[in-house]
Amino acid sequence: MKKNTNDTVLRFMTCGSVDDGKSTVIGRLLFDTKTILTDTLNQIKNTSKKKGMTEIDLSLITDGLQAEREQGITIDVAYRYFSTGNRKYIIADAPGHEQYTRNMVTAASTAQLAIILIDARKGISTQTKRHTFLTKLVGIKHIIVAINKMDLIEFDEAKYKSICDNYKKFEKIFSSLNTSINIEFLPMSALKGDMIVDRGNSMDWYKGPTLLEFLENLDTTHDNKESSLRFPIQYVCRPRESENQELHDFRAFMGRIESGFLKINDKIKILPSGNKSSIKEIRVGEKNINEAIPEQSVTVTLTDEIDISRGDMLVHQDDSIKAIKNFTGMVCWFSEIPLSINRTYLIMHTTRTSKAKITNINHKINIETLNHEEANELKTNDIANISFKLAQPLIVDDYNENRGTGAFIIIDETTFHTVGAGMIQLLD
Amino acid sequence: MKKLLTHLDWLESEAIHIMREVAGQCSNPVLLFSGGKDSLCLLRIAEKAFRPGRFPFPLMHIDTGHNYPEVINFRDKKVNALDERLIVASLEDSIKKGTIVLKSEEEPRNKYQSITLLEAIEEHKFDCCIGGARRDEEKARAKERIMSFRDEFGQWDPKNQRPELWDLYNAKVHKGENIRAFPISNWTEMDVWQYIEREKLSLPDIYFAHTRKIVRRDNAIVPVTEVTPAKNNELIENIMVRFRTVGDITCTAPVESNADTVEKIILETASTSISERGETRLDDQVSEASMEQRKKEGYF
Repeated sequence: MKKNTNDTVLRFMTCGSVDDGKSTVIGRLLFDTKTILTDTLNQIKNTSKKKGMTEIDLSLITDGLQAEREQGITIDVAYRYFSTGNRKYIIADAPGHEQYTRNMVTAASTAQLAIILIDARKGISTQTKRHTFLTKLVGIKHIIVAINKMDLIEFDEAKYKSICDNYKKFEKIFSSLNTSINIEFLPMSALKGDMIVDRGNSMDWYKGPTLLEFLENLDTTHDNKESSLRFPIQYVCRPRESENQELHDFRAFMGRIESGFLKINDKIKILPSGNKSSIKEIRVGEKNINEAIPEQSVTVTLTDEIDISRGDMLVHQDDSIKAIKNFTGMVCWFSEIPLSINRTYLIMHTTRTSKAKITNINHKINIETLNHEEANELKTNDIANISFKLAQPLIVDDYNENRGTGAFIIIDETTFHTVGAGMIQLLD
Repeated sequence: MKKLLTHLDWLESEAIHIMREVAGQCSNPVLLFSGGKDSLCLLRIAEKAFRPGRFPFPLMHIDTGHNYPEVINFRDKKVNALDERLIVASLEDSIKKGTIVLKSEEEPRNKYQSITLLEAIEEHKFDCCIGGARRDEEKARAKERIMSFRDEFGQWDPKNQRPELWDLYNAKVHKGENIRAFPISNWTEMDVWQYIEREKLSLPDIYFAHTRKIVRRDNAIVPVTEVTPAKNNELIENIMVRFRTVGDITCTAPVESNADTVEKIILETASTSISERGETRLDDQVSEASMEQRKKEGYF
């Protein structure tokens, strides 16, 4: 591994069921990029031997909890890391069975890319359909469809191509969900290590990039379509108690830029109040900067003294966005206790939390057929289109335009558990 | 226009965001500070998150009583320089109270930290503890949330974690329950060292190569100290070592190394073939699930 501090971060997820070789793909990526260290490898060798296997089982690299090892399953999303010197990678490894939708949606929420694994022997399955639906629903802009286990179909190019063609055909069904996404295809054998990091020599007919080459060269700079400034205030800094006189009246506003750019002298307004001012200073730690970019955590001072608190949103003055008290969103329900239309919930959106009532469950989506169905309640892993009425106004964007200001979670007022997650759909 | 944060800036920004969420959502948080490298990164992040204001939380050290004196000196100097408040919760006090019963004087004390930590949480009514744990350290950690819910007994229930999506962290708890927040969850050991280098953070001397009296015991290097004396037939050697992690003396082993600067440590970290905990944490080698077990009992 090279030592590099100018590299960027790429977050991706892997979708596949136990049999698709998902764990082997991740194990292979970590193993071939030399992320797995000797003691971990020795542990895996020992376990492989105990299980009576002759080769090292790379899928054991991603084994986590005791209960999982005992039952040979994965319970929860796990995060793995590797670095090439060019990029730091964060993998969200979501299990393919138990709590299926919940884990997929959780992993997808922070991923920029999804690898969808297809078993070359089986071709497109119901699972593939669900994976594609969910990744698109959660707004992932890049999909790599990896046809794995090519070794088991004699590395047959024609069979590979027909799976790709079938995928393209059925993928069109979802086009209404998300306008522009980038889909790439790749044949591989995770077991043999072909086309993951190394090319191998069984598929000379494939001229495209290997999996790692895809990841290394992916351009994510245009993923967020929304370029308008969204700066939710997280925390107000008022060092009043300080003995330093200069700091006595100092007030600064802290938060992370969700989208757009913020420059010194920019004319801004605070929502929902609508009060106006302009940017005096932008700081990161002790350092003053001229411009803050998306995902950057900054401290900002204004030229005027205006009242701002946590939960407010700072936008440019010419922005037409308004705070609203009603919206519709696609909701994934996580809790074992069904969503009840009669209850009040808490909605957490950016840095603001509001009480919310459900005005209507518009329809539920049958994840097998993708048909819309009527529903009066939601059970674990259900996905539905729901309309909400809020106690406090929120400053929202359509999720497809802006992930940061289009996403929300639903919290149970009594247990405080996170019971659901949603993506806002604004009608033009 | 190609504008993306570099990986260190991104990690730092995420960590600042998490700390500010704790400050914004929790009414009485605390930051766990041991004098170790990960918690020193947390302090730097806290400065960037809250200065010129004060930290919206005190610092707390869970003191096992088995410390390297230079680490404690360093801890106190650092707290003074920051001008923040330090609470020391001591295992000795729990032993005196009878809430910790050691099997023997020499027994490693790491696992008992949970008891003292839970007592301190109860005494000060903390609703959130910020810790420097990283997901790359250990496989149970790889599955833990950034804001991890603990019940009244401090227990982590891995099968029943709150789903955590986007950058929306639910830190809501009832009285008695608490959240463990891990701002550097997504950092690796390498990221930590690169950050230390970039921010020019000073560390306790024992992180850098120095000569030390040691014995070799069961594939590990054991420092010869008052609480870990050499056994009768063991050969005491004087060799160049450094510590990769700093914890209770009885369960932290040094590694052989000549790296006496951060830069050399980074080069060594890049070429090492053994993981941080596997090499230096004597308590994690006991069983495949020892960290998971400790976390279920309230360990951070």
